[in-house]
Amino acid sequence: MVLKKSTKLILTTVLVALSLVLLFLLDEGIIGSSYTVRIVRLSFIYALIGVSMNLVNGFTGLFSLGQAGFMAIGAYTVGVLTIPVELRPNVYYLKPMAGWLVNVDVPFGVALLIGGLFAAIFAALIGAPVLRLKSDYLAIATLGFSEIIRAVIANDQLASITNGSLGLKSIPAFDNIFVPALICAGGIGIMALMINSTYGRAFKAIREDEIAAEAMGINLFKHKELSFAVSAFFAGIGGGLLAVHLTAVDSNQFKIMVTYEILLIIVLGGMGSITGTCIAAFAITAGKEWLRFFDADFFIGTWQVPFFRPGLRMVIFSLLLMAIVLFYRKGLMGTKEFSWDGIFTFFYKLKNKVMKIGKKQQKGGVPNEQ
Amino acid sequence: MSSNENVLKVCDVTVQFGGVVAVNNLNLEINKGEIIGLIGPNGAGKTTAFNAITGVYAPTNGAIYLNGELMSSNFPDKKMKNIYAGENLGKYDKKLAPTPDVITKKGIARTFQNIRLFKNLTVFENVLIAKHMTVKANPFTATFMLNRKEEKQIRQETLELLEMLGLADVKDDISTSLPYGKQRHLEIARALATKPQLLLLDEPAAGMNPQESDELMHFVAKVRDDFNLSILMIEHHMQVVMGICSRIYVLDYGITIASGLPKEIQNNPKVIEAYLGVDD
Repeated sequence: MVLKKSTKLILTTVLVALSLVLLFLLDEGIIGSSYTVRIVRLSFIYALIGVSMNLVNGFTGLFSLGQAGFMAIGAYTVGVLTIPVELRPNVYYLKPMAGWLVNVDVPFGVALLIGGLFAAIFAALIGAPVLRLKSDYLAIATLGFSEIIRAVIANDQLASITNGSLGLKSIPAFDNIFVPALICAGGIGIMALMINSTYGRAFKAIREDEIAAEAMGINLFKHKELSFAVSAFFAGIGGGLLAVHLTAVDSNQFKIMVTYEILLIIVLGGMGSITGTCIAAFAITAGKEWLRFFDADFFIGTWQVPFFRPGLRMVIFSLLLMAIVLFYRKGLMGTKEFSWDGIFTFFYKLKNKVMKIGKKQQKGGVPNEQ
Repeated sequence: MSSNENVLKVCDVTVQFGGVVAVNNLNLEINKGEIIGLIGPNGAGKTTAFNAITGVYAPTNGAIYLNGELMSSNFPDKKMKNIYAGENLGKYDKKLAPTPDVITKKGIARTFQNIRLFKNLTVFENVLIAKHMTVKANPFTATFMLNRKEEKQIRQETLELLEMLGLADVKDDISTSLPYGKQRHLEIARALATKPQLLLLDEPAAGMNPQESDELMHFVAKVRDDFNLSILMIEHHMQVVMGICSRIYVLDYGITIASGLPKEIQNNPKVIEAYLGVDD
């Protein structure tokens, strides 16, 4: 089923407008609570980081697990550069901030960009040795580097910059939901454009077959490095947004679990699908909150249902994940993207199916009507 | 060094893996417009020779010239020198080992013995990817679509190429959904998209029935004429090899046991011995 181009354009415009209105209503507090706003904001940030990880893992076919490290770089850069100067002595109360840095206060946008660039530069540096490895070896090496970043940040010798293991706080929060939402949408848009460009095609070629890609004149190292650095750039930006979202940063936030959480998002959404990643980012972030219901005590009449206690949420979550991984091995979208044609075809088929069942019932359930 | 007519000249190339000499002292010349066959029993070192030419392996010793220009060259040193079992030790003293992508850019394209298409991508994308190396746009301009003219041009070229090779009607199909013969054609199309002067075909007729391989033979000859190419092919179907190759090289255990016109090869006792064994 193919729709007209203009129809699709209208549908897309309507969807974008609708989400903007929804964001506006959320922001104004007309619908949802401030808690909902936080979850939506976090979902946007995870969507950005998820797509950045998908760029390397899903589109270039490199199994990299370094995302948490790049996020940490971005988060700390933004934190260090944006904490108001007058609040800095309170934050750095054990060891004062380094003299050359103590009066450096840059606008949020600039700090975010610097954070992204730092992450990208670091990725390019570690990429030179690490990207020569393949599959699991690459995963282990990137994981190692990500932990190294975390350990270095928490190190006492860097305490005059990163505040060591105390972490940073008093980072100015977002004024509204549009800033993070638009930055994330923009970042995802840029990555989508890149994936659809000739370089993106080269990434996909490397994913499908390295040897053939190289025989087609694609410089493997250069392209892997490019993908890795761009991914780290947006992971850094995502980390920076996360820092502002939480208004506090701690090196313990960037443990391996964060990388796994994002890996979960991209596996669930589909390795090699941008829209799938976005949908999964929202579903997982929100789902984890909805399932909080299982963490509280639950009574039917006076009978307390057993097992409803803190922690059950994660058990249910794991079961859901297992079910999804078993039945949707390629994730929700596989390598496909969301399209209006796809949606309409889906509903069209569904309608036909329902009609068929209806007809069968009308005819009294005669099996071989053909 | 070599006359200008040589597209490719392989001089004394030896490829050795530890103690195994996969290719021993291969000398090979391809003139412009020729179709050359490289045959030999299983494990003779034909594909290794291909890999040495295309840069997948650096030769252990020897030199390869493209259009009379030194393309790759190597000599064994250190540990390798002690176990080197090839010939012409000390004749070459230059190390030059370009990677496969550099060699493709210089004008040698290849296909693979076990088809290596970009599996989940369409036929069109498969060929379009091969055009990537000609693109001048950098990642920034490409991302922000500042290279639309170039993009349009490579798409146009790809379309024309697919039309020429009879793949235009399946251009939006996923490459691995094509029938086997078409997949072979697609692999050749993809190699041609890099605008090579020399095309290396690794067993293009493998797994084809006599009729299909006959079609392929005509296809290869047509490609040679249309694209003004020289072709080096590994092939086991003697009917194909004898039909279109102007000269044939025969490898056995890495050693070139014979070379010459198809007729000479057919009656060469050494070749018959290598293929069929010898009566005791």
